[in-house]
Amino acid sequence: MNLVLVAEQTLNGLQLGVMLFLLAAGLTLVFGIMNLVNLAHGALYMVGAYLTTYFYQATGSFVLAVVLGLAGTLVVGIVVELVALRTLYERDHLDQVLATFGLILFFNEMIAILWGRTAIYSTLPSYLAGHVELIGSLRYPLYRLVIIGVGVAVAVLLWFVISRTRLGMLIRAGASNRAMVAALGVDIRLLYTIVFGFGAALAGLAGLLAGPIFSVQPGMGELILIQVFVVIVIGGIGSIRGAFAGALIVGMVDTMGRAFLKPALSTVISPAAGDAAGPALASMLIYLLMAAVLAFRPEGLFPSRGS
Amino acid sequence: MPPVAALLHEPFYLDLLRRVMIFAIAAISLNLILGYGGMVSFGHAAYLGIGAYAVGVLSHHGIDNGWLQWGVAIGASALVALAIGSISVRTSGIYFIMITLAFTQMLYYLGVSIAEYGGDDGMRLNVRSQFSGLIDLNDPTAFYYLVFAILVSFLYLTHRLVNSRFGLVLQAVRSNEARTRAIGYSPYPYRLAAFVISGAMCGLAGALLANQTAFLTPEFMNWTRSGELMFMVILGGIASTAGPLLGAAALLLLEDALQGWSLLPKWVNEHWQLYLGIILVLVVLFARRGLAGLLPGKERND
Repeated sequence: MNLVLVAEQTLNGLQLGVMLFLLAAGLTLVFGIMNLVNLAHGALYMVGAYLTTYFYQATGSFVLAVVLGLAGTLVVGIVVELVALRTLYERDHLDQVLATFGLILFFNEMIAILWGRTAIYSTLPSYLAGHVELIGSLRYPLYRLVIIGVGVAVAVLLWFVISRTRLGMLIRAGASNRAMVAALGVDIRLLYTIVFGFGAALAGLAGLLAGPIFSVQPGMGELILIQVFVVIVIGGIGSIRGAFAGALIVGMVDTMGRAFLKPALSTVISPAAGDAAGPALASMLIYLLMAAVLAFRPEGLFPSRGS
Repeated sequence: MPPVAALLHEPFYLDLLRRVMIFAIAAISLNLILGYGGMVSFGHAAYLGIGAYAVGVLSHHGIDNGWLQWGVAIGASALVALAIGSISVRTSGIYFIMITLAFTQMLYYLGVSIAEYGGDDGMRLNVRSQFSGLIDLNDPTAFYYLVFAILVSFLYLTHRLVNSRFGLVLQAVRSNEARTRAIGYSPYPYRLAAFVISGAMCGLAGALLANQTAFLTPEFMNWTRSGELMFMVILGGIASTAGPLLGAAALLLLEDALQGWSLLPKWVNEHWQLYLGIILVLVVLFARRGLAGLLPGKERND
């Protein structure tokens, strides 16, 4: 186990972490403020990835594709909110889970109709495609560094919006007492739509960033969505801070587990044990982590003060 | 039913009905905790998978004794439900939904990563469970009646269970946890017991499903399967005895019709999930009492 490998895997973990954060932030905001369990959040991630890939192939400009992809996901998110989800806010979680489960089926099939069931591959513009020489002999893909940078920038921006602006103030107020905010004359429905659109755009951003490194295919959203659930359960549902901490923890633990659990088990117990239990244990690791966190802190690491 | 199917020379319908009944058994078990216990388990497919794997794994190692296989299916499901339940039952609301989902996903990945038992591809069941000449599962009609008998006994069992003292406490916890505590009941053991019973029942459904398809894959534990089970319960009518049966029948027949009914246009057959998704959203938004609400009977008020 050498240092370069450890450094590389740390960066990989960080990159997965910020990606999870982009998704978790929207999901946890929507839950914290509208009390809505949105399983279709992963579908918006998929929409972002598809739209950007499509626009990049159509226009040839990556920047333009990113802008159009983000705007497109925002529009899709707002339409979904207006058409289907708006009536669900007052329902119980069971109805929300089922209705958004129906939306997932709808979106996955819609994407399959438009772009087919097989994965499509998205490429990178040449200025993002290379490797960067970091300390020592560590060469790391530039694009993955860009993802980390974008993720951290979004986290800072979110922190600023939520703790320093009027919109953020309304969001925080809405999370702690919706009825009171509405009574004070704030258009709560508009606020809901804004927050949902905002969350959708973040999911779309995660999707478009993921496009060039994961395969873009129907159902891609659900693979990552369940990890995002683990993130927000660990972090504490409704808390942005918790989402950030949870995302980094899950990203690190998952990446490290996949990279080092098998060799570690091989040396500590036996190569056979490492081969047999390593991959299985690595894919179960974050769920075991979640169970451990919940056993000690049933509300997650950073319970939101709102509810 | 079997005589009718034989008359029509359509063994396919027998197969479909058996499938409906097996899923009805799973949905009945889910209804016990979802409907009567108020616990929204989004991971019930886990026990379908465990039941199926119990049969498959034992068969893989040459043990075809049905009593043993099905006993292990029920026992292993109960044990896993005890482990998952002891953590998740302490939480409620959205935490409960997400935790049950996450644990099921964990088992799903476990199934995917064990190459010995087929990994991603799953494995074939070479021999169906053997009941030493008592009943032959290779005979479609005999198998049909066996599933039917289990279904009826489970319907009766849950009916008795939810109207027993235990069931009443469980429903009291669902309606008002604070009051139930106040009159001297601790909710935790009741909820956990219901969770374990439900898991064990669903494990048997999994064992039946493995015999039905003679094939098993981690897909049995896929989270969409859990969603379908929940939808069966809701569609049929939550917390009603016949609801899960109606829901399972309605959903599976609807799926079958959308996929294979040649009267529908081809683009419906091909992209049936799109329409299923829309129907699901509409049912949740507009048909709140489910199919059982259409049946005559006493009104529930809660």
